[in-house]
Amino acid sequence: MADAAQTSHAVHEAPTGFIRKWVFSTDHKVIGIQYFFLALFSVLLGMFLSIFIRFNLVWPGTEIPLLETFFPVGAPGGVMTPEFYLAFLTMHGTIMVFFVLTTAPQGGFGNYFLPIQIGADDMAFPTLNMLSFWLTFVALVVLLAAFFVTGGAPISGWTAYPPLSALGEIAGPGLGTGQTLWIVSIAIFCVAALLGALNFITTTIDMRTEGMTLMRMPLTVWSWFVTAILGLLAFGVLLAAGILLLMDRSAGTSFFIPGGLVVSDQIIDHKGGSPLLWQHLFWFFGHPEVYIAILPGMGVTSQLLSTFSRKPIFGYRAMVYALFGIGILGFMVWGHHMFMSGMSPYTAIFFSLMTTVIAVPSAIKTFNWLGTLWRGNVRLTTPMLFAVGFVSLFVTGGVSGLFLNQPSTDIYLHDTYFVVAHFHIIMGVAAIFGIFGGTYYWFSKMFGRQMSEFWGKVHFGFTFVGVYAIFTPMHFLGMAGNPRRYPELTGFDFLEPLASIHLFITIAAFITIASQLIFLINFFWSLFKGKKAEINPWQATTLEWEIPSPPPHDNFAGKLPVVYRGAYEYSVPGEPLDYTMQTAPNPPES
Amino acid sequence: MLLAITIWIFTLITVILFTDLVPEMLELASGQWFPETASVHGAIVDAQFFNTLMVTGVVFVLAQVALGYLVFRYRERPGQTAYYYHGSNKMEWAWTAATTVLFFVMVSMGYGVWLDVYVHAAPEDAIQIEVTAQQFAWNIRYPGPDGQFGIVRPELIDDAAGNPLGLDPQDPTGEDDLVVPTMAIPVNRPIELILRSKDVTHNFSVRELRLKQDTVPGMMIPLRFTATKTGKYEIACSELCGMGHHRMRSFLDVLSDQGYADWLEDQSEF
Repeated sequence: MADAAQTSHAVHEAPTGFIRKWVFSTDHKVIGIQYFFLALFSVLLGMFLSIFIRFNLVWPGTEIPLLETFFPVGAPGGVMTPEFYLAFLTMHGTIMVFFVLTTAPQGGFGNYFLPIQIGADDMAFPTLNMLSFWLTFVALVVLLAAFFVTGGAPISGWTAYPPLSALGEIAGPGLGTGQTLWIVSIAIFCVAALLGALNFITTTIDMRTEGMTLMRMPLTVWSWFVTAILGLLAFGVLLAAGILLLMDRSAGTSFFIPGGLVVSDQIIDHKGGSPLLWQHLFWFFGHPEVYIAILPGMGVTSQLLSTFSRKPIFGYRAMVYALFGIGILGFMVWGHHMFMSGMSPYTAIFFSLMTTVIAVPSAIKTFNWLGTLWRGNVRLTTPMLFAVGFVSLFVTGGVSGLFLNQPSTDIYLHDTYFVVAHFHIIMGVAAIFGIFGGTYYWFSKMFGRQMSEFWGKVHFGFTFVGVYAIFTPMHFLGMAGNPRRYPELTGFDFLEPLASIHLFITIAAFITIASQLIFLINFFWSLFKGKKAEINPWQATTLEWEIPSPPPHDNFAGKLPVVYRGAYEYSVPGEPLDYTMQTAPNPPES
Repeated sequence: MLLAITIWIFTLITVILFTDLVPEMLELASGQWFPETASVHGAIVDAQFFNTLMVTGVVFVLAQVALGYLVFRYRERPGQTAYYYHGSNKMEWAWTAATTVLFFVMVSMGYGVWLDVYVHAAPEDAIQIEVTAQQFAWNIRYPGPDGQFGIVRPELIDDAAGNPLGLDPQDPTGEDDLVVPTMAIPVNRPIELILRSKDVTHNFSVRELRLKQDTVPGMMIPLRFTATKTGKYEIACSELCGMGHHRMRSFLDVLSDQGYADWLEDQSEF
């Protein structure tokens, strides 16, 4: 296995031209950085959209002159129309889920560090890797183009439920060209994700260096590997669903459109389709997608907790099995998004039970994280803070899930802000904390300089408090029955008393978003002016900490490492240091 | 150490920020967080919610406190060495079993009420009312004295001409059908709604009655309940249906038997 990898990559000269080195690069490290910056751009854009979303909820009908400059059609006179709000909401969700949460942890860090952590000189298919990135880039461009076409961006949400998304302009603004571009973008993204997933799986199976047995792999590698398997199985289904939806819209088919529809007094010439079919296909992808977003964060958190507790990870094998358990079960729970959809109520009970099962491996991970901290020697570095924050958010988002996996309580909570709070905490913010943790941890390796620890901690403080201040009150909005996806709260008597809570959330969101500037300034300042990084500033054990920062083009300068022990050998009794590299020979017999 | 203190200060600030909201939340609590339930199954739904709140509340507090405690207790100090320990299978089994039992017992308690609302057949004397959603309005139809809904044909739909459902004038059972924009029902009588949609997926929800169900074009979805309190409740759409989603409002009047009879009579006079 290792031999094959070495021979196939024997000739791997570093490119010299700017284009081959930084634009159309086949180097997994450059591609990882490209994914990372694509995600960084996307997250800023998604956050920018959320500012207007929060603003409009509290001060609907307010003039924002800036808005008219950019969007004269969607915001005439600088005032957001309800449909423009929905367009922002749709794009916020789509950008965040696909181009941030799927892209940064897997495409970014996975690409950069998976080959290094298993001791490979590149991915198994470097050219395919380049293609994955550039397809993702094209997908993003196509998606953003939706803002500028007639009718604007789609208003059907990131879930794009038909018939709303299938009927075209007649069902509402943005549902014409904008919706088509949305589907095309997602389809391209799916292809990119499929290629990436194949590459990750092959690399993990085939390219491990001598001695890197499966059970010696860092948990980050396990999480990227399981995520890739999920991606391979899930994105194909979304791709198919997207193509069917596109055909319903343009080729006259009726996969998702039933007969007898009348929109604005106009009969729709389709028959025989089922709106529920889309929901099944979409969530068959959509639920694993949640795990695609969060599993790499779990991997990073495990890595960080062990490293900075100076202690082996508690229950390594259990952690691996739990990852697989979550991954497999993740494909059997999609129906919990559909309790209120009109599908058979018996099916709801099956999906509810399976969702309860998935809470068990999630709990196992939490216990093991706590077990890792127990009797450690905890260094509260910035990455460690984010890892601890991840565990906190994972617990919070996990327990709120236990209200939503029960169809009986979901009757009341479905499609309220309770759901918004739940998925933002567990899928959005927890995953983002994983990304932040990874960024602060690996920045020095990727860019050869250190980020400021002090400003990192300040950033953590604002962000940790901020996200709780934003999302905790949303649970109460949900308990008050506040529906999601309402552009303003003026239409219903029961929503009026909730205005002050919304105001609190909006202010908290603005402060939290503003505090992200601390991160951005720290990031870009350190990129150019930061302290030069050592090889192993965190005194960690995995392979990336044995090579220069940043690593040479082929990672190990032509000499692949040999691995003798597991990934988390900290504080081994009798060793001179409190960390023992994976390459340290002659492990003591135990 | 300084850092640990900083973190706890941050945590404290969170708590304070949050408790600052608490009086307001409590004030609203009487009527806002979980408005008093007005249906038979609603009381069971609420009970299940609060059972879940108890269990998850304990889990939540224990886990967060444990996390904070461990980080604080084992913060790096001179002379402290970490314990070289890879974990314990016994403990893995113990907490796996414990969480499995806890979660399953809790979750299973809620299935009865779910079956009541969605599976068990409506009693014979249930009043049938049809709800047809459209962008962005609700059409409520009563079968009239004959107890039968008339045939509807999509091609006859004409909002402007006052036939939003496409009632077929040729069908005698449809003559006495009553189509109105708001709903009225008698209190303490079993109701069976039949939910339909003309165009896209909507969702019929009334929070005081703990009712929420998608209305899906091409499907007729039954929803059963019994209201226990008279009052006027807002019907809201809870599934994104287009640009007027947030204005898709109607009312559900729960009336006394006499009030309901009077209401029906008033409506029929039009």
